[in-house]
Amino acid sequence: MGVKLLLEKAHVEGIRSYEVYRREGGYRAVEKALKTMSPDAVTEEVKKSGLRGRGGAGFPSGMKWSFLAKPEGVPRHLVCNADESEPGTFKDRYLMEFLPHLLIEGLIVSSFALGSNATYIYIRGEYAWIPDILEQAIAEAKANGWLGKNILGSGFDCEIYVQRGAGAYICGEETALIESLEGKRGNPRIKPPFPAVKGVWDRPTVVNNVETLAAVVPIINMGGEEYAKIGVGRSTGTKLISACGNINKPGVYEIDMTISVEEFIYSDEYCGGIKNGKRLKACIPGGSSVPILPANLLLKTAKGETRYMNYESLSDGGFATGSMMGSGGFIVLDEDQCIVKNTYTLARFYRHESCGQCSPCREGTGWMEKILKNIDMGKGKMSDIDLLWDIQRKIEGNTICPLGDAAAWPVAAAIRHFRDEFEWHVKNPQECLTRNYGLANYADPLVIPA
Amino acid sequence: MEGLLLSLFTFHFSLFMVPFSEEKLAKVQEIIARYPEGKQKSALLPVLHLAQEVHGWLSAETMDYVASLLQLEPIEVYEVATFYSMYNLKPVGKYLFEVCQTGPCMINGSDDIVDYIKQRLGIGVGETTPDGLFTLKTVECLGACGYAPMMQLGKHYKEHLTREKVDQIIEECRKTAGQLN
Repeated sequence: MGVKLLLEKAHVEGIRSYEVYRREGGYRAVEKALKTMSPDAVTEEVKKSGLRGRGGAGFPSGMKWSFLAKPEGVPRHLVCNADESEPGTFKDRYLMEFLPHLLIEGLIVSSFALGSNATYIYIRGEYAWIPDILEQAIAEAKANGWLGKNILGSGFDCEIYVQRGAGAYICGEETALIESLEGKRGNPRIKPPFPAVKGVWDRPTVVNNVETLAAVVPIINMGGEEYAKIGVGRSTGTKLISACGNINKPGVYEIDMTISVEEFIYSDEYCGGIKNGKRLKACIPGGSSVPILPANLLLKTAKGETRYMNYESLSDGGFATGSMMGSGGFIVLDEDQCIVKNTYTLARFYRHESCGQCSPCREGTGWMEKILKNIDMGKGKMSDIDLLWDIQRKIEGNTICPLGDAAAWPVAAAIRHFRDEFEWHVKNPQECLTRNYGLANYADPLVIPA
Repeated sequence: MEGLLLSLFTFHFSLFMVPFSEEKLAKVQEIIARYPEGKQKSALLPVLHLAQEVHGWLSAETMDYVASLLQLEPIEVYEVATFYSMYNLKPVGKYLFEVCQTGPCMINGSDDIVDYIKQRLGIGVGETTPDGLFTLKTVECLGACGYAPMMQLGKHYKEHLTREKVDQIIEECRKTAGQLN
């Protein structure tokens, strides 16, 4: 069993309630921070911990906090990004649903560090039952003196509010989220200015993911240096992975980033192997926008070394032979899955979610969807494959926000690693409607561990 | 002619625009108080959710009413309502089935679930049953990938869908609707 810092108490009966959470040691981090530390000392611990943003980009959280502008007399805000919408990702939902007080505790400590007297949780609208859970936790925390005016006599005031989105993947991008929180369409802003200088209502703002803010609790409790000892290299602490697809045990797992991908997929502690005894074909290891990898490159790097579940190892080889940790949305595809169809559904997703602001993304995502649909339906041409490659190249890097990149990468990686499957669809327009390509030419290096 | 138009207009207005109850108006004030002074536009998304609870969709009249509540120009409300996928801009059935069809749900058989619901209800995607009970929509990833295939029904998710489970859900909806009438 690996180290558990976030989900350790997830199975304690009644942990959703304040009494049980407190009895199990909850709110100690608030006591420690507000009674014995300065706001800057809290930020310093987060820096020392090496914590990296858990939403997908993996930017060092302590550094992000230290960029926050603090002009005299201007209120600052912390905004919790709970707009979890990246296909394959459902870890924040788990935290909020089952450990609401852990998030609230993390928010209070982080708000103290950043000087945010009004903190907002922006949650995707479809998680419609979760605001009730969070608002109850907030009310309980307030009734017990952890929120409100002059918390624990520290002179620090803090309120937390829950804001529901209304169905827009783009609002997970921090400037789109800020626009949405201001009651506007979720169109990302041009940066600079960064939110740390000019965020919500033009005030300095830090936007952090749910899991990132929850991780502040163990960091303060154990100290940043101790936290940094868990994991490996620049992948410190623990990470939540939401595993789905053709596996025996889909769900949310906390890993300490030292386990191998192979162990994660096949061990009974985690995914429990591929469903129905099938063989592993491919995997998208960090949410739908990161490059898909065929099984051989997933389990081992191009150099033949074991691949591990951490930021560095998953990205080993760059996009040519590697992928990314991303948001931790781990999607496993077995031998019966069609890469073209899977890529088509993702392209459709990005076309649906493009905000329409930048032409390369607005137009390009639509073209990619149409071409992929044609190939999937047996109506594709050989030149379509090159056209797809050309379109994704023209989207990547040419848009205001990373949604364009997120739409381009899955298409690029599918063609890069599974080109023969695309060609087979074009050459066999009838057959591709009745059966899948299977493992075919990739069969060789795909091994099922004994 | 003018009189006829006016009466048609008032009829239309009264049919689709229901002013908020006292309770809802109090909720609007509570939401506005979460933001700094003068930033009541931030309340727009939550207030549109409140408005949609009344009829299940947002008519132009309802949007105009929301604009007046928050002291916004109507266009500010329209541009937001048309951007976010959860706001219904035309009437939907009493029970809205929103079936996820993105990658992880697709590889777990969401296509079959959509086909089965179509067949059971005799409607296509985007359509409503003649009795006004059910609307079927396909949606993109709802964050339940480990519990696929799934759909949203009102405030909650229905996960690990099978044909049998779909049958049960339809029956439950019909039963509840029968009891309400």
